[in-house]
Amino acid sequence: MNWPAVKAIYGFEMARAWRTVMQSIFSPVMSTSLYFIVFGAAIGSRIQEIDGVSYGAFIVPGLIMLSLLTQSISNAAFGIYFPRFSGTIFELLSAPVSFVEVLLGYVGAAASKSIILGLIILATAALFVDLQIAHPFWMLTFLVLTAVTFSLFGFIIGIWADGFEKLQLVPLLIITPLTFLGGTFYSISMLPEFWQKVTLFNPVVYLVSGFRWSFYEISDVSVTLSLTMTIAFMLVCLAIIWWIFKTGYRIRN
Amino acid sequence: MKVTMDRIVSVRNVNKIYASGHQALKSVNLDIQRGEIFGLLGPNGAGKTTLISIICGIVNATSGHVSVNGHDTRNAFRAARSIIGLVPQELTADAFETVWDTVTFSRGLFGKKPNPALIEEILKDLSLWDKKNDQLMTLSGGMKRRVLIAKALSHEPKVLFLDEPTAGVDVELRKAMWDTVRGLQKSGVTIILTTHYIDEAEEMADRIGVIRAGEIILVEEKNALMHKLGRKELRLDLRAPLTTLPDNLAEFELTLNDDGSALCYNYDRAKEHTGINALLTALSNEGIAFRDIETSQSSLEDIFVDLVNDQS
Ligand SMILES: Nc1ncnc2c1ncn2[C@@H]1O[C@H](COP(=O)(O)OP(=O)(O)OP(=O)(O)O)[C@@H](O)[C@H]1O
Ligand SMILES: [Mg+2]
Repeated sequence: MNWPAVKAIYGFEMARAWRTVMQSIFSPVMSTSLYFIVFGAAIGSRIQEIDGVSYGAFIVPGLIMLSLLTQSISNAAFGIYFPRFSGTIFELLSAPVSFVEVLLGYVGAAASKSIILGLIILATAALFVDLQIAHPFWMLTFLVLTAVTFSLFGFIIGIWADGFEKLQLVPLLIITPLTFLGGTFYSISMLPEFWQKVTLFNPVVYLVSGFRWSFYEISDVSVTLSLTMTIAFMLVCLAIIWWIFKTGYRIRN
Repeated sequence: MKVTMDRIVSVRNVNKIYASGHQALKSVNLDIQRGEIFGLLGPNGAGKTTLISIICGIVNATSGHVSVNGHDTRNAFRAARSIIGLVPQELTADAFETVWDTVTFSRGLFGKKPNPALIEEILKDLSLWDKKNDQLMTLSGGMKRRVLIAKALSHEPKVLFLDEPTAGVDVELRKAMWDTVRGLQKSGVTIILTTHYIDEAEEMADRIGVIRAGEIILVEEKNALMHKLGRKELRLDLRAPLTTLPDNLAEFELTLNDDGSALCYNYDRAKEHTGINALLTALSNEGIAFRDIETSQSSLEDIFVDLVNDQS
């Protein structure tokens, strides 16, 4: 195991985030605050409590998930896409590192950034609404699992993308709709029965549901199922990345 | 110079066909001796960068094997890559990073413990010390090239690949770079450099390889090539064509050209006695008269151009 390499990549990626701190921290915090003002205060005052939780508090886990997903993906995707684009990836490819070091470095850094961001948004939310966290351990577990899983997913996109459009496409066209339709702003029990069934094909439902349970002990699907689905998705991503490194797909032409 | 004759890089039957269908390397075999400076010459698109990229692990070979210091570059890639340094042909740099950070990063990536003193020494050697806190995007092309060299040296490689290291570098700096390369060789580093400048290969290399259209067409000691280079040809246009050479001209290395209307004599101009006097005397004794006389010298460049243009 080449630990100095892991440290070098991780440090480089974290330093990059620090250089773009406005973009990586302030803008998500800003947009989350706007969501609270619009959905929490303006609309929320007209919506009754959901399962005994005020609407403002109800949407907090979903909002954190929304940022966690989009930021994990874009952090990891940019992290590996940029060296490919600029050509500096030659060094990574010629270095004595395997996919384990590359993953720990790039995915570790991307996940760390989005976890920090998630915690910052949580702290921001606490300024707007009354928060309670029933299961802090599980809350952190879901936070970390989701961040890691979607950083892995982002890494795959960063390898697959051959232009900046594709890099934006997946988060924009797939993740954002899935998140909005995944019970971020409502309980799926509020949907007509048919749509409740359809929604179960949306992986984000499981993430948001499990995460919300760790706060308020209310969930749309069972917690075990949430955890299983998240881990299953993570394993699929890992398998794909293992294959990418084995074959050199899009990196060693 | 003493070069111990074991090979540090060994390329066996390597073929490369890019996804486009273009075959960039055709059954390449090449051995690099430990401690030597090897000059790889070839025209644009010959496959120099492709070959280096395969040895360094950046490009996968379609078939064939490469080993570095006895380690297969696929199965034992960690052992193989950890002793290789590469200065790529393209100037690639992370625009926002500082010189110091990017060189330190390279050392870490290759699994080496931090060593600020060494990095300071490398940056000073390459006249980059006063730029150490500058972002890479603020540097000139020649400086970026030197940063890439510093990155490659930061992890103390045993084999260093320099893919056109002096492209875009001014004359003075080029001399300094050659000195750096010689210093590295003295400290035991094996160096493989590609270049379009024949004088650079002449100046630097112990051995020279020529690659054309994906095939290695010549590998030779530089001194042997220089020997050819040191030879001149004397050409005599004869008044009357000869069908055979008279017997008493046999002691000279003569050839009859152009249907017997020209006599060519090869000689070593560095020698005290070139034999020209004796030849001219012998010719007049035989009564062979000539209309014109001409001498020419083949340079490494001629040899190279001949090789490269040879269509067979
Ligand atoms: N990624 C690629 N995909 C397809 N073809 C490629 C690729 N890279 C190089 N080639 C082709 O392979 C051949 C060899 O290229 P290479 O870069 O190895 O040449 P070179 O000897 O380094 O040339 P130069 O002196 O210009 O640097 C060229 O015909 C080039 O067009
Ligand atoms: Mg080249």
